[in-house]
This record gives sequence, structure tokens and C-alpha cells, in this order.
Amino acid sequence: MSLERAQVEQIALLARISLTPEEVELFQDQLSQLLEQFQVLSELDTTGVPPTGHAVDLQAVMRDDDDEDSLDPEDVLRNAPNPEGEYFRVKAVLEE
Amino acid sequence: MAAEEMTTIHEAAEKLAQREISSVELTRAHLERIDRLEDRIKSFITVTPELALKQAEQADQRIAAGEAGPLTGIPMQMKDVISTKGVTTTCASRMLENYVPVYDATVAERLLSQGAVLLGKGNMDEYAMGSSCENSAFFPTRNPWDLERVPGGSSGGGAAAVAAGEAIYALGSDTGGSVRQPASLCGVVGLKPTYGMVSRYGLVAYASSLDQIGPITRDVTDCALVLNAIVGHDPKDSTSLRQPAVDYTVALAEYATTSPLAKGGPQGGQFRLGVPEEYFVDGMQDGVRESVQAAIKTLEGLGASVEPVSLPTTRYALACYYIIAPSECSANLARYDGVKYGFSYQDTDNMWEAMERTRAGGFGPEVKRRVILGAYALSAGYYDAYYLKAQQARTLIRRDFDRVFEQVDALVTPTSPVVAFRLGEKIDDPVEMYLIDVCTVPANIAGLPGISVPCGFSEGLPVGMQIIGPHLSEQRLLNIAYAYEQATQWHAERPAI
Repeated sequence: MSLERAQVEQIALLARISLTPEEVELFQDQLSQLLEQFQVLSELDTTGVPPTGHAVDLQAVMRDDDDEDSLDPEDVLRNAPNPEGEYFRVKAVLEE
Repeated sequence: MAAEEMTTIHEAAEKLAQREISSVELTRAHLERIDRLEDRIKSFITVTPELALKQAEQADQRIAAGEAGPLTGIPMQMKDVISTKGVTTTCASRMLENYVPVYDATVAERLLSQGAVLLGKGNMDEYAMGSSCENSAFFPTRNPWDLERVPGGSSGGGAAAVAAGEAIYALGSDTGGSVRQPASLCGVVGLKPTYGMVSRYGLVAYASSLDQIGPITRDVTDCALVLNAIVGHDPKDSTSLRQPAVDYTVALAEYATTSPLAKGGPQGGQFRLGVPEEYFVDGMQDGVRESVQAAIKTLEGLGASVEPVSLPTTRYALACYYIIAPSECSANLARYDGVKYGFSYQDTDNMWEAMERTRAGGFGPEVKRRVILGAYALSAGYYDAYYLKAQQARTLIRRDFDRVFEQVDALVTPTSPVVAFRLGEKIDDPVEMYLIDVCTVPANIAGLPGISVPCGFSEGLPVGMQIIGPHLSEQRLLNIAYAYEQATQWHAERPAI
């Protein structure tokens, strides 16, 4: 199992990480090796085996819908790179 | 070395109670030791001396008022992935270099409300991804037993701090071995509790179905004391379990007798221990194998029955883990978009470019590798072959454990196939680095508790023995570990630093 260069670029795009050409090459090689290791799983007969998402059996957890104090917006916005008033400022999402 | 250094929690608590020492003195002694050693060890990302001394003063008042608990006034370190209100929490990442949480993690709140003294935040692999602490974006931590070697990871800062006497105990987090493996490599005790025992609220997420917070301590009694303080249901973590409160230290005393493991096992008789041959992997160092086998003989001598068992799915655990953990990480780390907090690339008007460059600049190589690997495993066309297949393998691995725990009460294995390795030795080869996790990832996959205790030395470096039990068998693991500790002196060895 080896990855093509274009595949690495495509996944990086999906993951929204811009990579340098050197990184693309490095990850292409390293991820191909890892995927090769993962092939061991194909030995396992998993026909009819249900997937496990959580290892401890938990039913859907419900709680009472009580009022609680939220975090202070001023405190929260102190970590924001580009706040404006009580808001997070974002780049334009829609083209003009 | 001053008398107040290299102490355990229970010894220090005794001295505090007897007024032989104050928390301020104890804290000052640790801050001075940090000053003296940090250039070499580098286990702290942030040291908080003023906060620590203030907390120590408050602890002394509580002690004077007779309101102290077992952790009151005891200086400790918290891994920098655990949110601390007002104290920078970086996850050892450029992304969060200047991030100051506006709330405490539940574990932080619990410890601080019991009078803990926070010395600072522990170094780690970036976002807890790594096995050597070399993936910290800031600096690697050194192993106190040999400064040319790694402390293990990802909670390498915590294990090194405890081994070096910079902190009396530490909190780490364990997603694939990140508490147990560094504890093993640094010669201290590390416990990963059953998934859901400890609230993950405020623990910065890596792989949510695997992450669990656990103590790093100098002995088993301390491990039980810290566990007492951090377990319990938390409405803020919907995966946290509802369990009756237990004092894990109470039962330990019964295991300080002769042949402690000959009786009082879960079935009433002797403890039945299983040794899974699959954990003694090819490439395991001889010194590790010999130390663990000697430890198993010791457990037998203490009255336990020991039998070989087989967990055939062990050979699939690493692949299972290295698909599931990166998949969850790629989803969890989608939140770092440069808008709400953290590093932000501003020099463009294009939203996508800002996001892509924020993540390119904020994440280090291992984080990028795992996010991309996870995104691949989850992507259309590969989901069934990787993510679904790994989740099915997870079911088979759980079933293997279920079957074997009908036969034995606990499993005894090495924690790591190797002792501490040299800085730089494995960092360029992810495949080789991931192999180190072979003995620890199965417990995370199955949500089981596991403890690592010091069990010898190989070439002057500590070796750890791992004990794994069924869900919620923490008391059993602590009892076995305590019985072993009473019969040996490995935990009392200290590095010459």
C-alpha cells in the first residue's frame, strides 16, 4: 500500500494543513510505511463483528436541562486572536 | 539532599501533620530543587512559584485548622494538557503557546480544592502524541537516570519530575501508554485508570475514546492517594462512570503480610496471574525480559498462581490503535482554526488560506502526520478498510481480554519492550517509535486499567512491570502492586542527580 503524492496533497487539503513540498514527500513515504503495517488487519476475519466506538458500555446519557452560568465572554475573548466587541472576527466566508 | 526532598506524599503528609515541616517550606524546597535541576531535566514548560507559595500558605492554614486532607500542601506538577484557569496550558504546541484557560479541568479543580500545591505544568509530546517527549514544540525532557536519554512519553515531564525529585507527584494522561511508559522508563509508578473513572473535562482532547488521566508517583500508596482524589462521576463528562467512592489505600495494609497473594484474591483464594506470551515481543531487550520474569517469580513467591495465557489479537493492537487514535485526533484537532484561540495566521484575506497556514504554522510534524493519517483513514473510499476495520479489531481485542479474565484475575507484562533510549535515536522513524507502545495500547483499546511499577534495572536504566486487570479492578491492581513493592526495593532507588 503506497500513497501517491497527489493523495497526500488531497488529504492535506481536507485536513486544512498547507504542506511544503518536502513535507509532502516525507509524509508520502512515512504514511505509506504505516499503511503497509496496517495491512496486518486484513488477516482478521471481521465478518459480522460489530465495531467498538467506546470500550466501556455506556447508554446515551441524559441530564436535566438546568440553567447554568456560561463563561464570561470577556474572559473567553481574551484568547481570541482577532476579537471585535463581543464577537470572534472571521475572514469573509462568502465571495463578494 | 535535604530531608524534605525525594519524599512520598504519605511521608510528607505525616510530617505536615506533625508540624515537622510546613507546606511553604516543602514547596520552597521543591522550587529550589527545580531551580537547581531544570537546566538539565527540563520537565516543566511553566513553573508557577508565586502561585505555589500562595497555595502553600493556604494549605498551612488548613493544616493548622485541622482541615487537611492527604494531598493538602503537597507540591505537584500537572501535565500541560490539563486546563488550569489562569495558568498557560500549551499542550507543548506552538498552537497554544499563549493560551490561558478560563476554566479548570475537573481534575485540577478537585486537586486544588483538596489543597494541592501546583508547582507548574509538565512537558510532554505535542498534544500527547509521542513516546519520548521529543515532540514537544519547546524542548525535550531528559531522563534523570541518564541525561542523554529520553524520559518516555507523552507524559515525560511528569515522570522525569517525579524521578528527579522536582515534584512529589504528577498528573499525566494516557491514550496509548503515555502515563505507564514514561513511568517505566523513569523508574516510578504510573496508573491508567479504567476508561471513564476520571473526568476528561478540561483535558485537551487527543483521542476521546482512549484518553484517560492518571497519577505518576514514587510508590503505590501515593498512587492510591492520588486516585482517591481524582476519580468520580462528573456531569461535565458524559463518559464518566458512576461508581461508589472507595478509599483505595485502606485495603493495601492487608497486603504487607507474608504470602499476601495466597489469599484474598477476587475468587477468595490465591491471586491468579496470567502471563500473555504475546507481550514478550521480538525485539524486546533481554534485560527487560529478565527483569520482568524475575518479578513474576517474586509474585509467585508471594503466593500468587502464575500461568501462561494467550491473547492472539495482541498482534493487531498497534495497527488498531494507530488507526483509531489518529482518526479521533483528526476530528478533535479540527477546532484549531485560528479564530477562537491559539496561533493565527492573519496575513491574508482568504479564509481557507488563513486556516491552512494557521495549522501549518501551529502544529509540529507528529501532529500533522497523525491528523493527515486520520483524515485519510476516515475519508470516503478508505473508511471501511481502515477505520471500520480497526473498530472491528477493537471488538475482537476486547473479547480476547474478556475471555482471558474468566481464567485469571490480572495480567503481568513488561510495560515497554525497551529501557530509555537515546535522544534522537528513533525520532525520525515513526514506525519504530510506534512499536514502543506495543505493550501499552491494548489496555486503552479495551478501556482497561493498567499500572506500571519499577521492577529492576537493565544497564543502569529502570525497567517497569505492567499489571492489567478487568474494568474497574483498580483496587486489585493496587493490591498486587503494593504486595510486590513491599517485597522489593526497586521503587526506593533514586537517580544520582
